[in-house]
Amino acid sequence: MKILLSGNEAIAQGAIQAGCSFYAGYPITPQNEIIAYMAKHMPKKGVFIQAESELAAINMVYGASAAGVRAMTSSSSPGISLKQEGISYIAGAQLPAVIVNIMRGGPGLGNIAPAQSDYFQATRGGGHGDYHLIVLAPACVQEAYDLTQTGFDLADKYRIPVMILGDGILGQMMEPVEIRRQKTENRKQKQPIKPWALTGCKGRKPNIVKSFFLREGALEEFNLKLQKNYEIIRQKEARFEGLFLSDAKVILVAYGTMARIAKSAIFELRKEGYKIGLIRPISLWPFPVNAFRHPSIVNRHPSFLVIEMSYGQMLEDVRLAVGGRQQVEFFGRSGGGVPTEGQIMNKVKKILS
Amino acid sequence: MAKIIINQDRCKGCFLCVNFCPKGLIKKSVKLNKQGLNFAEFSRRGNLNKGGIPPKAGDLTDCIGCMQCVVICPDCCIEVDK
Amino acid sequence: MKKTFKHCQSLYDLPTHYCPGCGHGIAHRLVAEVVQELGIREKTIGIAPVGCAVVAYDYWNFDCSEAAHGRALAVATAIKRVHPRNIVFTYQGDGDLAAIGTNETIHAANRGENLSVVFINNAVYGMTGGQLAPTTLLGQKTSTSIEGREKKAHGYPLKISEMLALLPGVCYIERVSLHSPPEVLKAKRAIKQAFENQIHNLGFSLVEILSPCPTYWGLAPKESLDWIRDVMQKEFPLGRIK
Repeated sequence: MKILLSGNEAIAQGAIQAGCSFYAGYPITPQNEIIAYMAKHMPKKGVFIQAESELAAINMVYGASAAGVRAMTSSSSPGISLKQEGISYIAGAQLPAVIVNIMRGGPGLGNIAPAQSDYFQATRGGGHGDYHLIVLAPACVQEAYDLTQTGFDLADKYRIPVMILGDGILGQMMEPVEIRRQKTENRKQKQPIKPWALTGCKGRKPNIVKSFFLREGALEEFNLKLQKNYEIIRQKEARFEGLFLSDAKVILVAYGTMARIAKSAIFELRKEGYKIGLIRPISLWPFPVNAFRHPSIVNRHPSFLVIEMSYGQMLEDVRLAVGGRQQVEFFGRSGGGVPTEGQIMNKVKKILS
Repeated sequence: MAKIIINQDRCKGCFLCVNFCPKGLIKKSVKLNKQGLNFAEFSRRGNLNKGGIPPKAGDLTDCIGCMQCVVICPDCCIEVDK
Repeated sequence: MKKTFKHCQSLYDLPTHYCPGCGHGIAHRLVAEVVQELGIREKTIGIAPVGCAVVAYDYWNFDCSEAAHGRALAVATAIKRVHPRNIVFTYQGDGDLAAIGTNETIHAANRGENLSVVFINNAVYGMTGGQLAPTTLLGQKTSTSIEGREKKAHGYPLKISEMLALLPGVCYIERVSLHSPPEVLKAKRAIKQAFENQIHNLGFSLVEILSPCPTYWGLAPKESLDWIRDVMQKEFPLGRIK
């Protein structure tokens, strides 16, 4: 069955489908449909709270996750900045959680236009300390729905906060979504048992949820444990979509909404006879470095063109992945500016000339 | 009568018990404990430093078992036998 | 002869990290005794604050969570809503509850969250070295009010318990003190009341405990208790507020 949903609604519906039974949020444009949808559709046994601030919301998610249920919050760029302390605590306490960032223009209050300028914040951890989030970047409403569910599964599997990173366009646009016929009950069974959760210590030793390690050497030991987890995630959870990679002379690199525009540029360019391909990272952390290092790509020496709604953030990850072996070009706009199909095509032609 | 038992090695020497004992049976020790601190000591009769009698198992004492020392001790160092 | 005091199961038999004469040791014990006496150890979930009491979970023998500085009541709200049958309480200092966490405190209280709050008011930031707290008294010297708290520069001691009493979601607020054995027993009764209120689903309960910090008051342990009796409780009068 397909139903028409906005990206924001699809994320909310995906969360409910995944068994999310706790949501706390604070209003901010352009993600208000998520909080409204959760208020309306959260199952009776679940908990919806409109928090007094983003700080309270993320710490409520911390509490709910510590209590053992699937928990989510959502916000947009300035609100996500406020949540960073809590996200760091969630990472430090090894709690699973899903955090949605429907990005808008910045810095500061910025504007409410779509942007991708929180890439660094999302992929580098964002708060204090040595930690990472798994960052998933959907490019269409269906994917927003599916990746939110994947996000909950990964969060539980690795006990790590997961960020769904979209932008104002994705959040607002409506597309038909295939609703997976998975009953909430079935999904709940797929949730791993959480022996560490706070439920009262009946019949067991007390559980402590904490991120404080005062004894000399204890924090280093703990950090190494986190790093080991991150290494496994790097190896197993990198996701990307490749298009026309076997013959491309120029490979566009774009994620989220930007990748859709890049795709239409690619189809136009190919009609004109240009051999253009696409790498669309779906997981921004772990960044799909292997996509760039595949022998079939490395041996043909294509150029890369990174396109962003920001000024060269993912560009750095592409450069690291390419490692200086190939040319890496960049085109980006931000602060409400969205690179157009025509601008991308011109840039590609310039590279090839 | 009652008797109190002080965990001398855990005692941090705040001496709140000394201040609140209505019979003046708890005193600051001359010796130091494991932590290198003077600790609270119990005498079964009178002031230890002025000729009081040190505790001995099974003896009768002047302690009335009012528990004030137990209640005020921040470190759970004191037990009372009644 | 029988032992009339021994460690209850809810409190590990361990030395604490607190300074000599610190009120946290007493307050921890009171909470543990209340939990034990009410028979709720196996369903209690405590939230430790950021501050001197951050490792309270090393001493309490039941489920606990840490919370970021000031956010204990947000964390507690979520845990209680997820597990309404568990008994959830926060243990917070004055900086945590009445400065950085004022927002969470007021809104949890205003929502009438069915929680118990143990609020330790010692008029300074203890863990960080004795800085000015929202509850520092006028004239009281701290490392950041060197000449003493001055109303023009620092404002007045914040009476957050009285403020919270105005909110309809709040069912019980009492201010108690640890300055003598009888007062300690009253404090325990108040904590018990706050937990019983939660058991009976009555809403938000808070017990403010005037607690000594001899180290950062620059007083001996007994002098600290006398200072609460003679000075501090004039600004923060004891008794039932709501």
